[in-house]
Amino acid sequence: MSEPAERGDALLTVDDLKMHFPIKRGVVLDRTVGYVYAVDGVSLEVRRGETYGLVGESGCGKTTLGRGILKLVEPTAGRVVFDGTDLSGLRGEPLRRMRRRMQMVFQDPLSSLDPRQSVESLLVEGMRAHDLDKGKESTAKRLRELLTAVGLPSTALRKYPHEFSGGQRQRIGIARALALEPDLIVADEPVSALDVSVQAQVINLLEDLQAEFGLTYLVIAHDLAVVRHISDRIGVMYLGALVEETDSDSLYAEPLHPYTKALLSAIPVPDPLVEDEREQILLTGDLPSPANPPSGCRFHTRCPWRQETRCDTERPQLREINAGHRVACHWAEDIAAGRIARHEVRPVYEPPDADVIPDVPLIGPASMTEVMDHH
Amino acid sequence: MGMALLEVRDLAVSFRRKGEEPTAAVDGISFDVHPGQTVGLVGESGCGKSVTSLAIMGLLPQRGNQVTGSVRFEGTELLGLSQKAMDERRGRDLGMVFQDPLSSLNPVIPVGLQVAEVLQRHRGRSRKEAMAESAELLDRVGIPDPTRRIDEYPHQLSGGMRQRALIAIALACRPRLLIADEPTTALDVTIQAQILKLLSEMVTGTDTALIMITHDLGVVAGLCDEVNVMYGGRIVERAKRHELFAEPRHPYTAGLLASIPRLDAPRGEKLVPIRGSVADNIPWTHACAFAPRCPNALDRCVEVTPELVDDRGGMLRCHNPVEPALRAGAEEVRA
Amino acid sequence: MASARATKIDRLAGLAVRSPDDQDPDGAGPDSGLSLAASAWRRLRRNPVFIVGAVVIGLFLILAVLAPLIAPHDPGLRLLEDQVSRARNEIPPAQPGHPMGGDQFGRDFFSRMLLGSQQTLMVAVLATVIGLGGGLVLGTLAGAFGGWVDTLVMRIVDVMLSIPSLLLAVSIGALFSQQTQFTVILAVAIVQIPIFARLLRGTMLGVRESDHVLAARALGVKGRSIVFRHILPNSLGPVIVQSTLVLAIAILDAAALSFLGLGAADDATPEWGQMLGNAQDFFDSQPHLAIWPAACIVVVALGFTLVGESMREALDPRQRR
Repeated sequence: MSEPAERGDALLTVDDLKMHFPIKRGVVLDRTVGYVYAVDGVSLEVRRGETYGLVGESGCGKTTLGRGILKLVEPTAGRVVFDGTDLSGLRGEPLRRMRRRMQMVFQDPLSSLDPRQSVESLLVEGMRAHDLDKGKESTAKRLRELLTAVGLPSTALRKYPHEFSGGQRQRIGIARALALEPDLIVADEPVSALDVSVQAQVINLLEDLQAEFGLTYLVIAHDLAVVRHISDRIGVMYLGALVEETDSDSLYAEPLHPYTKALLSAIPVPDPLVEDEREQILLTGDLPSPANPPSGCRFHTRCPWRQETRCDTERPQLREINAGHRVACHWAEDIAAGRIARHEVRPVYEPPDADVIPDVPLIGPASMTEVMDHH
Repeated sequence: MGMALLEVRDLAVSFRRKGEEPTAAVDGISFDVHPGQTVGLVGESGCGKSVTSLAIMGLLPQRGNQVTGSVRFEGTELLGLSQKAMDERRGRDLGMVFQDPLSSLNPVIPVGLQVAEVLQRHRGRSRKEAMAESAELLDRVGIPDPTRRIDEYPHQLSGGMRQRALIAIALACRPRLLIADEPTTALDVTIQAQILKLLSEMVTGTDTALIMITHDLGVVAGLCDEVNVMYGGRIVERAKRHELFAEPRHPYTAGLLASIPRLDAPRGEKLVPIRGSVADNIPWTHACAFAPRCPNALDRCVEVTPELVDDRGGMLRCHNPVEPALRAGAEEVRA
Repeated sequence: MASARATKIDRLAGLAVRSPDDQDPDGAGPDSGLSLAASAWRRLRRNPVFIVGAVVIGLFLILAVLAPLIAPHDPGLRLLEDQVSRARNEIPPAQPGHPMGGDQFGRDFFSRMLLGSQQTLMVAVLATVIGLGGGLVLGTLAGAFGGWVDTLVMRIVDVMLSIPSLLLAVSIGALFSQQTQFTVILAVAIVQIPIFARLLRGTMLGVRESDHVLAARALGVKGRSIVFRHILPNSLGPVIVQSTLVLAIAILDAAALSFLGLGAADDATPEWGQMLGNAQDFFDSQPHLAIWPAACIVVVALGFTLVGESMREALDPRQRR
């Protein structure tokens, strides 16, 4: 399914990326009793200068995918090509050098800033690692530029992360990424830990910086409204795989995958007129366990458009239905044309999972819920 | 409308810590909840919405907190009620659903039994009757295969199922008032939609009232009859749902609405953020707490505390409210 | 007009932030520009538990330093030997020039108590430093590398931990043909190594998974730098707290070893634990010989424990505001 990506302007190409984590059990000797299929065959392409939004609910593997792309977690299979360089074989020093060009902005701005370092030392650290601090004066000038760019006063330099508000901390995190003059910034839930009134400040900042420095963004978030606002193109993930990918406008105007439709209809809109009018597609049941994904289409257990044939047995691949609009659904055209009607889905009883604790290097809070909890 | 089910008057909660000035978390708020009504308390972290709910439920720790004002439930004053009398009320007349269902459920007792215990305690059911009713309740809140789930422990359920179980516990005794404190914040949107639907089904058509506490204006837009917007421990605006969203009067409400990306908005529009953060608040004494962040601030705003006064069928605490005409003008310019 | 309002807001905002007990001359926020350690120190200074502990330790330290100057007599000289009568269990009583009388050999008890503080504190500090050093090396190895290094180090540590600590110390002490004060220190220190190693390794593994370390990796910071700039400094808190507690334990362990006769053979230089051990034969008739050293050991140990506990509290990040 890897199409030869000859668009020429792809900065990042992900080809059939798989990230499986063994579930180990045993007291003395660890036995692998299964795998968590966190990311199970994702192919996508991020073009230079665009913002690609990756959206999905907790457990869909979007955070793991982001970390796999940056090789912070080693993928199991597949390729990541960054600006012509295949990262798969890259290790040690060459990989470290490559990191300058692809940076990350984290979800929780407090926990991702070392509490013991002042802002200055946080910002200088990356520059030092890549020999970008060439003398005291030029570094000081660069630091001032960075702070101005993210809208922080220069007095911030000698302060510590805990002295800032959430929004300001996120600005520090962004400045740290910017310090290396990267080409690509992977932003994992950049605003979800922030207060509503502050989210817009950070979203606007990200947009301004993109315009100013010609950055390419991969924005990972659970909030489709945020993703849609900021992204040019969006990929929707469900249970470790992309189910739909298109530009932001057509995703909202004509979602083709049943999951996307349900997701869009579930998001509350702050407008009673819209809320009263709209028809919700309520999904029944919960996300199946990524350690034991359903056969065939991963969504078939909850899909209100599921058909007797193909859905349970044959895993749909992403295919281009309209120009630039890819969907992984066998029946997308029929659903769009109204040839297939929505039906009830009976929630299935899933026997309690025998405490699947994957031996996963999922560093930090891997999901929204964890972050909201300590709020 | 008849007599209010819940009357909150000048409720204030301040935290005292040794060697420090007491800080007011809730700074004198008043509102009514009528039978069958759904009232929203909306605001960002630190606005006092959760503390308000805990104060109503009598769940604030006695030490270090000072609660003043009045909370009358069907005419009975709840503040100052003994712990025992309050325990009796909770569960029977007042139910509560929390943000984090896992920590609100007892991890070592099967969920079915947790529901049954409430029925035994408050309704005097026998163990057997209670268990049967518990299964019914779990079924009603949409837990599939309740007769099997009844023996499962909270950690074996998914987040959405846990929240359903918690709602079942809160509704077990058919309380007259249900308080839901950010019930869907920890959940995914598709699960959130299920839970919100469940909550609204549970209260519409009955005379059970619901207080919905949330930071999400979208949740409020679909669910609440009346909305109270809180800032810095006080109510700054109260309006019926349609009025509030169509014509927000307080600059904070208007600012919030302008700052959230809307799924249905045309793309390419810049968001209009509220400047600063909650850390910029100033005390309400002789000023408006929102003044430092307010685009409409006047000199008056840092000299005189605005009072909550009647305003176009709602209530408003602002010296220089947003004029609908201007807003409409702005809309046109946008379009 | 607008700027007047801004000033007014600033003034009001200042009111909100500043609490009455914060009188920073520069008028900045309470913790402005303070590192984690500095703000922990701020909280520590105000904690009465810490003050009591620090005063106790301080007093004993001063005593230990000044001991040679204050002590009226040489602790090794049997000045009052003529007043000792083994047969009748008689020991020199308090008398002019000897405020606490003599011990069972007729040596000046007061001088021995004073100089004993030196030895005891030295044992405690040296044993802790050696134990801490060893623990840091092993813990860092395990925590930084993980994998088989971790497994190997931790298995060794587990074996050491599975032996009761005093038994281990006795065995180590017994390995040396000649017991000196140094063998006591070494024995006590080795017992502490696995505790420090395990503690540090555990904290490091936790910190290694934290977001800011991931952030440093994403930044392309070199591995060595990540360990020594991010992981290790953020893991030291519990170890530092533990070391103050170990100071107390070391005093007690050293006393126990001396008591069991594994201390220095030569008792010319007094040490409280040893004094306590020697006094056991006379406990019925002359209890003060045991009570004084025992009381001093307990009080010093308590001082260290109080400091340790208050440090644990102060370093808790949740305390930061």
